[in-house]
Amino acid sequence: MSEALNEIAALLEMRMGDALVSHNVAFGELTVTTTATHLVKLIRHLQIDENMRFSTLVDITAVDYPGRRKRFEMVYHFLSMYLNHRIRVKLAVGEDEIIPSITQVHPSANWFEREVFDMFGILFSGHPDLRRILTDYGFRGHPLRKDFPTTGYTEVRYDEALKRVVYEPVNLVQEYRQFDFMSPWEGAEYILPGDEKKEAAK
Amino acid sequence: MMDGGIRADAQTAEQKIRNFNINFGPQHPAAHGVLRLVLELDGEIVERCDPHIGLLHRGTEKLMESRTYLQNLPYFDRLDYVAPMNQEHAWCLAIEKLTGVQVPRRASLIRVLYSEIGRVLNHLLNVTTGALDVGALTPPLWGFEEREKLMIFYERACGARLHAAYFRPGGVHQDLPPALLDDIEAWAQHFPNVLDDIDGLLTENRIFKQRTVDIGIVSEQEALDWGFSGAMVRASGLAWDLRRAQPYECYDEFDFKVAIGKNGDCYDRYLVRMAEMRESTKIILQAIEKLRAPEGQGDILARGKITPPARAEMKTSMEALIHHFKLYTEGFHVPAGEVYAAVEAPKGEFGVYLVGDGTNKPYRAKIRAPGYLHLQAMDHLAKGHQLADVAAIIATLDVVFGEIDR
Repeated sequence: MSEALNEIAALLEMRMGDALVSHNVAFGELTVTTTATHLVKLIRHLQIDENMRFSTLVDITAVDYPGRRKRFEMVYHFLSMYLNHRIRVKLAVGEDEIIPSITQVHPSANWFEREVFDMFGILFSGHPDLRRILTDYGFRGHPLRKDFPTTGYTEVRYDEALKRVVYEPVNLVQEYRQFDFMSPWEGAEYILPGDEKKEAAK
Repeated sequence: MMDGGIRADAQTAEQKIRNFNINFGPQHPAAHGVLRLVLELDGEIVERCDPHIGLLHRGTEKLMESRTYLQNLPYFDRLDYVAPMNQEHAWCLAIEKLTGVQVPRRASLIRVLYSEIGRVLNHLLNVTTGALDVGALTPPLWGFEEREKLMIFYERACGARLHAAYFRPGGVHQDLPPALLDDIEAWAQHFPNVLDDIDGLLTENRIFKQRTVDIGIVSEQEALDWGFSGAMVRASGLAWDLRRAQPYECYDEFDFKVAIGKNGDCYDRYLVRMAEMRESTKIILQAIEKLRAPEGQGDILARGKITPPARAEMKTSMEALIHHFKLYTEGFHVPAGEVYAAVEAPKGEFGVYLVGDGTNKPYRAKIRAPGYLHLQAMDHLAKGHQLADVAAIIATLDVVFGEIDR
């Protein structure tokens, strides 16, 4: 399985070398990294190349890494129903960057890109209809960013007096429970009271 | 100007005709959930169809980031609540892929058995309510009787009719008693007769055919362009089934046929689903056979870090007790890395893209629901059809809003 994937990677390196930043095979899955300028060209090539024929767009999503210089990572998954293999294409995206839309190549990218825009606030150029999709009408913020609180900012209820639905700031009757079950022996790096002096003494 | 006053600028007859916009849903019985379609109609012909989704959005992916891997499992039941265990399966496969855990054979067979029960559950609901949408009242009554029996099999395996949480990373929660296997076998032997009955009601029914044949045709190229999977591609003539093409679990041992259609219209999709139920029944019978064989005996969990110790062991071993406590409070840690695991859910390819960072919680989990892509093509499919056909098309797209809105 991974030999066939290595072959695809080698072919891609040969034909689209300038579009590839890196590639690797892990857990039996091929991942290639590209840049925004080469994205559309690479995906079109993946679709039409006789040895690849990635005919189906499986998924588009993003991952937020607030610590990185380029904050987001776009992730595209493709599947070839003819040659029976999969590929993952990734690219790093900064917070103020605009990514070319791939709706011209895969019409099914439409809603996926809308969802990424909705959830992460990444903008796509050339998208026919970049509206929010999953969140409420008039929603503000991008929920899947790591700095967006799980509880959100507003809550909705039906107001008996006004006879309509009203939006209010979130008011939690008890604190949002986020238990920390990490073991003090492994994994977590706790600073026990008094321990910080030990570091200073060194 | 509605009081009959004369407008300043005279309008010709042609200008007065304008398209009509209507809201289909969000509380329409044929919308299969909370779907709001904004339809632009020219007479009775649909000019534009804009689905507004997200009315059932619960932020599953966001919630998952702050819960442990095991706590996240029940969220998958709530995605496609028509066939819950198939969704859990994808999550378990993703975790097992990342941690490298081998599932014991008995657990693997039980998973296949219950995945196929899930498929029948889903198709029964879809085929019969689809018939209801085009005017047939009897099929749901007959189909739901069988669904009820299958729900009881769910209940007897895990205690819940819908939100099972039965498939666990590393196996399944509990073993099946032999009496349950006997009852499932008796059901599976009888079920083809029920399918014949439903077949007799619908397949050659004149009204049903008038409403579905040549409605919402999907060509092979369109199926690829719009990212279809499952019955939606098979009805268009592409023999693509993940159980066959990229076998997971132990599907490669089973003997079943992949049903495909020819024309890709609503009628073919109905036929494909009917044929799949028959094939699933065959798989169920084979799985029971294998579960009774000596090779099918044994443990149902890969005992190790990610599964709890046996109950009896906990009574005597301190380590086992600590392990159990830590597993259900802190949860297990999954090594850093990213995987995509997909199963052939009844509706199509249901996948999970999981990014682990080495802690006890997923850094990011993306749920790839087949219905999301199917519904997206609604504008493309419904354009030029009659308003009444919209209901027929939605029914055969097989949409469930739990998984689309997530």
